[in-house]
Amino acid sequence: MERIDIGETTIEALIAGKGPPLLFLHGLDYFAQHKPFLDRLARQFRVIAPRHPGFGASPRPPWMRGVGDIAYLYLDLLDRLALDDVLLVGASFGGWVAMELAARSTARLGGLVLIDTLGVKFGGRDEVEIADIYALQAEEVVRRTFADPAKAPDYDSLDDAVVEEVARDREAAVLYGWRPFMHNPTLRHWLHRIKLPTLVVWGEADRIVTPAYGAHLVQKFQYGRFVPIVNAGHYPQVEQPEAVAAAIESFARENGR
Amino acid sequence: MMHTWHFSEMAYHPAWAHLNDTYRVIIPNRLYDPKIGADLYHRYLDEWALCDELGINIMTNEHHATATCADSVCTIPMAILARETKKVRLLALGMPIANRENPIRVAEEYSMLDVISRGRIEMGFVKGVPFEISPANSNPADLMERFWEAHDLILKAMTSHDGPFSWEGTHFHYRSVNIWPRPYQQPHPPVWMPVGSQGSAREAAARGITIGVLNTGWAVTPGIFDAYRETAAKCGREATPHHLAYMALIGVGRTREEGWRRADQILDYSRTSGVVSPQFANPPGYVAPAMAAQAIKGSGTTARATRLQTRDGKPINPRTVGVEDAIGAGLVFAGTPDDVWDQLKSFYDHVGGFGHLLMMGQGGHISHEDTVDNLTLFSKEVLPRMAELG
Repeated sequence: MERIDIGETTIEALIAGKGPPLLFLHGLDYFAQHKPFLDRLARQFRVIAPRHPGFGASPRPPWMRGVGDIAYLYLDLLDRLALDDVLLVGASFGGWVAMELAARSTARLGGLVLIDTLGVKFGGRDEVEIADIYALQAEEVVRRTFADPAKAPDYDSLDDAVVEEVARDREAAVLYGWRPFMHNPTLRHWLHRIKLPTLVVWGEADRIVTPAYGAHLVQKFQYGRFVPIVNAGHYPQVEQPEAVAAAIESFARENGR
Repeated sequence: MMHTWHFSEMAYHPAWAHLNDTYRVIIPNRLYDPKIGADLYHRYLDEWALCDELGINIMTNEHHATATCADSVCTIPMAILARETKKVRLLALGMPIANRENPIRVAEEYSMLDVISRGRIEMGFVKGVPFEISPANSNPADLMERFWEAHDLILKAMTSHDGPFSWEGTHFHYRSVNIWPRPYQQPHPPVWMPVGSQGSAREAAARGITIGVLNTGWAVTPGIFDAYRETAAKCGREATPHHLAYMALIGVGRTREEGWRRADQILDYSRTSGVVSPQFANPPGYVAPAMAAQAIKGSGTTARATRLQTRDGKPINPRTVGVEDAIGAGLVFAGTPDDVWDQLKSFYDHVGGFGHLLMMGQGGHISHEDTVDNLTLFSKEVLPRMAELG
């Protein structure tokens, strides 16, 4: 992990590989299980994968409590690293951050990939589109998250320090996403600003946010394409790292990278 | 002189027969029959009203979406009792100010109650147990930050008398705070908060807030009271016994058997009140990450349940605890008036003294007649001896 001072805070980021720049924004959980996926991407890209403020061991200034704040922080990061034509990849909660970022400015971006993202609401006030994972038993959350629940890490067998980072991830996710629950009610009205080639990747077995939500979302983008991933749930990049990385690479090639 | 407060959760126990894995949050309210509920409310209010004659003060609380406590607005019984009683003091312990959206409304409710009761209100501010998070849809990750901001705003609203002031905080925004009425007691009614850990005790001590330590028992309570006294001394505040309250379940009878039977029925409170699905007992951010990690690692057992033990170190399971062990753990004082006095005195000495006994004199399936007799016996046979405590 590298540490980069930005304004009033420090970003902890995994930086690896050579090639066109790719900013990966992680989701709610399971960051430690992303290694095969990020290693694979690092063969083709210069991958920058920051830990969001308050997640893992990353600090969070006390005033920073909105997803929009994280978006501005990463816009600052792109400026600091002087990156252009960046492929922005956001998964789950990180997809929400990616959309907030791109709606603010696409100046340094070349393309957008959203993987099983959340962050917008399409349905009525009594429709649940994003599963209330805090009201479900842990076992049920795992069943809805993974096509193969056996792929979920066994927290009982991990060191306390590792699980404590998971606890920090969950605390931070709650801080940013508790209410309105894991979405910004006005964000969908600004998605038209994102005039980028956009790939929406979805695990077919995701029951946190279902593929129907992803299919709906992709229509909001002028240049959007939807790619389902078989045998994968909410984290297809964890369950099928090869397939997701291949989809991203082919999307990048099509767009001249 | 130690003060005694009668506390009941106004349980809707008729639903308990239909419940097993959880008594909270997700249980459907079709299990609540409003006709039976009305009878129960009136009965519990009668028991509190009797306390005015018995010289026992009154304590209410609130919980949400549960059959263990049908008092979902702690100031509503207080509003009735503020007029129905004339002498005793009225403690709401209390208002979950990090879960309520509007602290100004809390300041208004408490002030109005204080004026109607002619200055008999004691106002509790509570963090709220973790399973209150879901019914309130309250963000658990910044709960205490919101709690203290609400606390500060309420006290400022109650003590500002020269027209509106502005409050633009992190969580609460008002351009014109100007409450009517202002409280009867000056500068404001006494402030209480329930405390279950040494850390919270220190935060309360630094501000001179009275702490209600709820049924933490023989092993845990001394450390909490010591932490309070130490911090108060460090901050140059005097910690009197009246800054410290302890809640016990109390069953008094004419015979030991009768007292134990009553205590056993009240103990159904302990056996039901913590029974909740683990995801509601451990919302992310409610406790520090190191402690939350332990819950993620499987057990899901709440810290409180694991640290209860008898004075000889035997662990207590609140779901199955019997009267004898509960007495041994300092959770229950029960038996004849002499028994209850001896147990209370011995606990009092063990923890270094305290000024308020929060007496759960009603709970679970105990009948109205038993409750009345329990309270009356306590008032006549135990209360007079308490003049030497506190």
